[in-house]
Amino acid sequence: MTKFVNILKNSLKNIKNNKLRSSLTMLGLIIGIASVIILVGLGKGTTNKVTSQVQSLGTNLLTLNINSSDYSLDYAELDSILKLDNVESVAPQKTVSATVSRGTTTSQRASIIATTSSYMDVTNLSISSGRLLSSIDLENNSKVCLLGNDIAETLFGLSNPIGQSIKINGDNYTVIGVLTQVGSSMGSNVDDIIIIPFTTAKLLGSDTSINNLYIKVSDENRIDRTTSIIESYIKNTLGISSDYFSVSSQDSMLETMESVTDTMSLLLGGIAGISLIVGGIGVMNVMLVSVTERTKEIGIRKALGAKRSDILLQFLIEALVLCMLGGIIGVGLGLGIGTLLGNMGYSFLPNTTITLISFLSSAIIGIVFGIFPANKASKLNPIDALHTD
Amino acid sequence: MIEITNINKSFYLGGERIKALDNINFKVKKGEFVSIIGPSGSGKSTFMNILGFLDVPDSGTYKLDGVNMEKASDKELAKIRNTKIGFIFQNFNLLNKLTATENIQVPLIYQGKTNSESKKKAYKLLEKVGLKGREEHLPMQLSGGQQQRVAIARALACDPEIILADEPTGALDSKTSVEIMNELEELNKKGQTIIIITHDINVAKRAKRIVKIADGKLYEEGE
Repeated sequence: MTKFVNILKNSLKNIKNNKLRSSLTMLGLIIGIASVIILVGLGKGTTNKVTSQVQSLGTNLLTLNINSSDYSLDYAELDSILKLDNVESVAPQKTVSATVSRGTTTSQRASIIATTSSYMDVTNLSISSGRLLSSIDLENNSKVCLLGNDIAETLFGLSNPIGQSIKINGDNYTVIGVLTQVGSSMGSNVDDIIIIPFTTAKLLGSDTSINNLYIKVSDENRIDRTTSIIESYIKNTLGISSDYFSVSSQDSMLETMESVTDTMSLLLGGIAGISLIVGGIGVMNVMLVSVTERTKEIGIRKALGAKRSDILLQFLIEALVLCMLGGIIGVGLGLGIGTLLGNMGYSFLPNTTITLISFLSSAIIGIVFGIFPANKASKLNPIDALHTD
Repeated sequence: MIEITNINKSFYLGGERIKALDNINFKVKKGEFVSIIGPSGSGKSTFMNILGFLDVPDSGTYKLDGVNMEKASDKELAKIRNTKIGFIFQNFNLLNKLTATENIQVPLIYQGKTNSESKKKAYKLLEKVGLKGREEHLPMQLSGGQQQRVAIARALACDPEIILADEPTGALDSKTSVEIMNELEELNKKGQTIIIITHDINVAKRAKRIVKIADGKLYEEGE
């Protein structure tokens, strides 16, 4: 035990005596471990965020996409889809980009979503003040709008926007409501959108054909059956080939996205893992130099009664201490930078398993890459070792 | 105590076989003070390495305390070097990064002593060799004579049966050499077996028995 403590003390001393060399050696490992933790953490964080966003939309939601310019749904056809079994409500979504301004403020580009009154219910959005779109707004092609939380703040500051008007592509629109703040979702920031009645989109130079449709089902257990009912309706009644449209549930989107982000995490982790191995080779290199440099010390120690195993242990522990020190610093740095990135708005989710694995792998690297130099040291012949300078 | 019979050792140097030790017989009894003298290249260093179990002979037997060491494993040899033999080298061979105390602790810790036990013993030995107050000095902070005293203290650490000194005064001035030799003589008077290897006849003369080595052969003085 004393022997062990002594070896540990000596190896720390050696690392301290060769500060520059030790820190450069550790740097490889530190970068490797920190990047494993950061990259995997960011990957997990993103996956988690996307998952929770998709789930917040509800598992009773289907999305219909028509991805051919030759086909589209007509506004009038929404009613017939609504009449299908298990369909609770439908909401078309048409996204237009337009310039928005208020009074003398500089105009800015914004995403305008043209939709119907059921949009809010279908996408789980709510308003913090004002009122929702009504069917009268749709019938009259009213020039009214709902503002996302951020854009409302940009345009109106602290004053109440309700009842006031903004200019969209030069036309005056009355603000009827402001959305509750939600943060970004599915790649677009909901807090920055403006919602207008679907029929009003004509005024912005857009037609009323529908390519994107949200469909809310009443019984989510029968969602698969409802999916096929909708599919066959569109195929048979509207005559759109199944190559040109897709009906997907949030679950299937979730699966696709999870598999994508998981692959990405794995890829990033793999790249970082390679840098760990490179760091390990650096450790081996330095340990080999150290063995050569300390040949005489090894000789003296052998003359004083060090067994082969004592020398082996000494160099192995030194490599191990070096690697584990690098591991600790790497974990600290990884979590630190990750948290910092998290504070800057990136989604970072520290993963205990990965942190533990990368720390343990630093220890394993110490042993694996330390054993060769240590073995070389232990096999030195005491007289040869003594006679070198 | 030491009983060496018909030991041979040769080297290959540039493809040529050189006989470093030629059929050597050598005996040392407990409490003896022997010096082995010979010019450089006579094979005395090789002999010293074999005596100290740092090297193994090609043939012949080496009995230590009546036990044949021919087939000893690396582990057993390490134990003998640790407990039965204390080395003193020409250039001291202290570990430069360790203090005087820590240097003396090294063999004790290999023996399995605890840190406090070995420290206590190291302090005692340093006092014995007249280095009280230099316990925490690094070798670089000590004079040559002082370093060799630390080395003597280290050689004595595990209470060895034999002190093996290879040119112990080779790197010291004549005044310090005398002091170191006095120290060794003092130890011998207390019953310590000492073998000195040297090329210096004045050093050799301090021993009670002188053995000459030349061209790999050993001659007892007076033969």
